[in-house]
Amino acid sequence: MSPIRTRAALLAPAMVILLFAAAGPLVIVLIYSFLTPGDYGGVIWDFSTDAWFGVLAERDFFTEELSWADAHLMVFWRSIKLSLMTAFLSLIIGFPTAYFIATRPRGSRDVWMLLIMIPFWTNLLIRTFAIMELIRNEGTINTVLIAMGLVTQPVQMLYTEFSLLVGMTYVYLPLMILPIYASMERIDFSLVEAGYDLYATRWQVLRRVIFPLVKPGVVAGSILVFVPCLGAYVTPRVLGGGKQLMLGNLIELQFGQLRNWPLGAALSLTLLVIVMVALIFYVRAAGNEESAHG
Amino acid sequence: MAKSFDVRRQPGFSTIAMLCFVMLYLPIILLVAYSFNAGESISHWEGLSLRWYASAWQNDQIQAATIRSITIATTAALLATSAAVLAALATTRTRPWRGQTVAFAMINQPLMVPEIVTAVSLLIFFAMLKVATGYTGLWYLIVAHTAFCIPFAYMPIRARLQGMDLSLEQAGADLYGTPVKVFRYITLPQLWPGILAGGMLSFVISLDDVVITEFVKSAGQDTLPTYMLGQLRRNITPEINAISTALLALSILLVTAMFFFSRTRK
Repeated sequence: MSPIRTRAALLAPAMVILLFAAAGPLVIVLIYSFLTPGDYGGVIWDFSTDAWFGVLAERDFFTEELSWADAHLMVFWRSIKLSLMTAFLSLIIGFPTAYFIATRPRGSRDVWMLLIMIPFWTNLLIRTFAIMELIRNEGTINTVLIAMGLVTQPVQMLYTEFSLLVGMTYVYLPLMILPIYASMERIDFSLVEAGYDLYATRWQVLRRVIFPLVKPGVVAGSILVFVPCLGAYVTPRVLGGGKQLMLGNLIELQFGQLRNWPLGAALSLTLLVIVMVALIFYVRAAGNEESAHG
Repeated sequence: MAKSFDVRRQPGFSTIAMLCFVMLYLPIILLVAYSFNAGESISHWEGLSLRWYASAWQNDQIQAATIRSITIATTAALLATSAAVLAALATTRTRPWRGQTVAFAMINQPLMVPEIVTAVSLLIFFAMLKVATGYTGLWYLIVAHTAFCIPFAYMPIRARLQGMDLSLEQAGADLYGTPVKVFRYITLPQLWPGILAGGMLSFVISLDDVVITEFVKSAGQDTLPTYMLGQLRRNITPEINAISTALLALSILLVTAMFFFSRTRK
């Protein structure tokens, strides 16, 4: 067989599976977003752009008047706001942690990183569940607070935006630490020393020397956290309890209770587009990373 | 004097790092601890007991879900790893070719597209297939899992292939080894650690999946994670903690094994 034929034959199994169960079905979603919803779920094969209008607008049932779909805008806003806040909080915790690991002796760095990665490779649902047990009204934190006499009533943390922020930071933090650590590990500390020789304070060295060197890692980490937060489904479902919907839950609702598959398809594609834009920035940041360290 | 001044120190960073490690592990440790609780609560300690492990072990639904989870994860990991080995052979050690970018994009696609979007697209597609063929068995889940496991299997295998010394294979070919024999006796033995890592990673990823499984499964096809998700609406007992602990132990074992495996081979 010619090398090209061999290559095609070797690639074929993976490509067929991916086309069948990953990439291909996305095309069907695109088609569905232009159809009319069926009464009991599914679709009627009539062309319609209503679903795409429905992403941001709603038509009054009687007067046919168009207005903003406030409920959807609320969910979009919450998703973007919480994803940004999660990325920021992860950065505040992750940056010093990555720095700490990168400044350990060479042999022990891997072990510290393993400690960061172990929770990441364990079940997301279980980790979310662990956070839920911690912050429930009858959970560990409230029990301790009441026992210490700090509060008399349990503090409601579960089913609030706060619980989503805590939960998503907890589950996605390793995605922040990993790229920051990767660029920090390569820092040439003689540059830091040079900074001190020129009478820089610790803060100045951090801001003017270290931060610029790891900035691509920071950008990469922020996007790596932002993207899965935006599409989060399990964490807001468990910790938001149906009260704090995020985009993923809004999409699910269209396929479940609300039986509007075309709208669900249009919302999915909207999410996909936002994520793709974020990923383009990520690829650029990763490219800068390569050139920064050359 | 210079000795007392550590250029690497930043005030407060070590404290935050330590807090970070405590934060990462404290919730998990509490979860594990309460799986051994004698009482019915997951926040009031009433003594040490294994009753919830016993009750989970005897629960028919949990037994069925466990068997289903392991069946799916094993099959999907085997299929994904086999496909990934072939794909990795096709995409390494060749000159850049047209269509390579497309192949990479396809392989990495499950990592880039949000899981909920894939889940929804599979729900629609498989709903059509279920109506058209009448088949509603486990294979929908297995194929879906195989697809999103492929990039995870592919990464370590490709990394291993790229780091391999080509001269051995060339020597094999010079000695009139057919491509199949060269692969069997020279490439494969060297590739083995990568294949093992890819397989274990796929297994863990498949075992942990919630979103895609939740959307693709037909009635009565709960895996362990979707069973747990369903239970969260009801009154939670330490039984859930017991299942979680078992799953955690399995994941941690595999991930740690993989870590030391890839480290000693460097």
